[in-house]
Amino acid sequence: MRATVAGATANAPVKPLRWLRWSAWLVLLVVLLALPLYVGSEWLKAGQWMMTGAVGAIGLTMLVGQAGQLSLAHAFFLLAGGTTYTVLASGTEDGRVVGFGVDPLLALLAAVAVTALLGLAFAPVSGRLRGIYLGVASLSLVFIGLYFGQSADRLTGGTSTGRTPAPFALFGFTFDNSGSLVVLGVPLRQAERLWYLYLALTVIAFVLARGAVRSRVGRSWRAVRDHEASAAAMGVNVAWAKAGAFAVSSAYAGLAGAMTVLWFDILKPDENEFGTYGINVSIAYLAMVIIGGLGSIGGALVGALIVFGLPQVLSLYSNQLGIFTGSGAGAVTPILVSTFVYGAAIILVVLFEPGGLAAIGRRITGGLHAQRKKEGTSR
Amino acid sequence: MHTFLQLAVNGLGKGAVYALLALGFVIIFKATEVINFAHGSLVLFGGYLVVVTRESLGWLGASLVGVAGAGLLAVVVERLLLSRTKLADPNSLALLTIGVDVIVAEEIVRRLGVGVPFLGEAWDAKPIQVGGITLFRTHLVAMAVAAVLITAFYLAFKFSNWGVAMRAQAENREAAALMGIRSRQVTMTAWLVAGLLAGVAVLFLATQDFSGAGLSRGTHSIALAAFPAAILGGLDSTAGAIVGGLVVGLVEALSAQYISFDFSKSAVFLVMLLVLVVRPSGLFGTRESTRV
Repeated sequence: MRATVAGATANAPVKPLRWLRWSAWLVLLVVLLALPLYVGSEWLKAGQWMMTGAVGAIGLTMLVGQAGQLSLAHAFFLLAGGTTYTVLASGTEDGRVVGFGVDPLLALLAAVAVTALLGLAFAPVSGRLRGIYLGVASLSLVFIGLYFGQSADRLTGGTSTGRTPAPFALFGFTFDNSGSLVVLGVPLRQAERLWYLYLALTVIAFVLARGAVRSRVGRSWRAVRDHEASAAAMGVNVAWAKAGAFAVSSAYAGLAGAMTVLWFDILKPDENEFGTYGINVSIAYLAMVIIGGLGSIGGALVGALIVFGLPQVLSLYSNQLGIFTGSGAGAVTPILVSTFVYGAAIILVVLFEPGGLAAIGRRITGGLHAQRKKEGTSR
Repeated sequence: MHTFLQLAVNGLGKGAVYALLALGFVIIFKATEVINFAHGSLVLFGGYLVVVTRESLGWLGASLVGVAGAGLLAVVVERLLLSRTKLADPNSLALLTIGVDVIVAEEIVRRLGVGVPFLGEAWDAKPIQVGGITLFRTHLVAMAVAAVLITAFYLAFKFSNWGVAMRAQAENREAAALMGIRSRQVTMTAWLVAGLLAGVAVLFLATQDFSGAGLSRGTHSIALAAFPAAILGGLDSTAGAIVGGLVVGLVEALSAQYISFDFSKSAVFLVMLLVLVVRPSGLFGTRESTRV
């Protein structure tokens, strides 16, 4: 992971291109804002799933890439966040499960806070361990989450039925199909409303993460990643930096967990370790981070687009493509194909471009810089 | 007392298989400092070859093919992918093995489909009663095979040229290379041995006695339980792998009985966490020292 140090810190955007970058982001944002008016709900649903992945991946890339702590526990924090939101926001009418009927916004914030605290509580372990040892140690949280989901069915609804989360609402406006809201002749129903909610959450997550990475906090993370002893000598509180990175990353996962539950419209804990909150999900998130380029916030977005987007897009196109024939034994499913793709992408990235897609992107913009400079001197 | 004794026997039987897998992790780690996340797929691949070939070759022939195949896959992964990235640090290579694992495991699970064949025909589901304690053949054979293989490995490690080369490389890679040790061969053999051990382990893993289920995605996740075994013993300690394997087997058997079956998987990992908090590099692992 050290190979990416140069990539993660070399942000130095040369002045003349900055406006280009800003306008590119602006155009992207406008397109994303306008999209619900033009595309169908199934595409919006796919987009929401990618944004869920993006939020989680941003959190993980800060932990793995910036702070240098390998974690396979992401799925556990997703479950914890999803459960916290559901338990707090859901009503008290269903006697089978516990519900508090708290305002959904508060429940969402609580989900973030609770998972951050859980991340902090892991500090005695995460502070002492490094590299692969930490990776495998954090894997234990996934198994604890599996057991929690199976046994605490008053909270999680149990593995067989799960429970339905209360729809998100903001100051009385509910993000479901209720009421009627029409913009430019397009009715904004659940898919459109959630799209805007997820977009807002993703943008907030992205901006906060960029801020963290570029500030004092991010510098202390990188210092600890590169050399703990010298970081300590320079006055960084190593234990606190490590614990903080874990807490921040967990908080992001908690938010992504609440988004996951809202996306499925059900909280359903796993029966085995290969479900919505299982090892495979932890690995999928790690894949986003590796493919995007460890430590790169923008890279995490692209990674999420590939790892979570591909199965969605493939299944939307599955009829036209005709390669996804049948189901059951031996079937080639969109999920299988995208698993192959991201597995291969991990291998290729490690072999040929340890900085991930972010490094490729930087190389392209770097090439632009060089070209401009050349033109500037020749003129 | 009787139950406890029974559980201990079961636990040690399972522990022997975990020890084989954990030893694989440790051998690879010692030679290359890479932790092989694709170990579960080596296990699955070996098992899959047995399933495919046993119609024509019979159980014994198929098992040999399976074991050899797992070893071969390990070598292929090492030669084709890992050896190409001499400069990459071991942690990124570990990530690379995750990529390999994802692909191989998915493909084999797809090929297996809904069928979950059992592998251990020669010793499956014929328990023997000794003084009120039920001994599963799978466990007995596993213990015997593990004892033989681990002893053989230990002797080779201590006395053969390969063992000397391997220990030298584990001590200091560059110095060993300068002294004329072919790191290429040492690394390749380490992966081969680890793969062979994984191929042997699957013959016990996918049985009625061990897991109650045949070869499936579940087998891959049982192989994951060898992770805690290797880690709690200490990643660079061969003795630690064996102790770790037995501890994991015992913890799993005891917690399944005395706490709950669902809890037993987490119990293994909790014990590992506990060990790591007290001893961050495992029970027998070498402590990392920091130089400033």
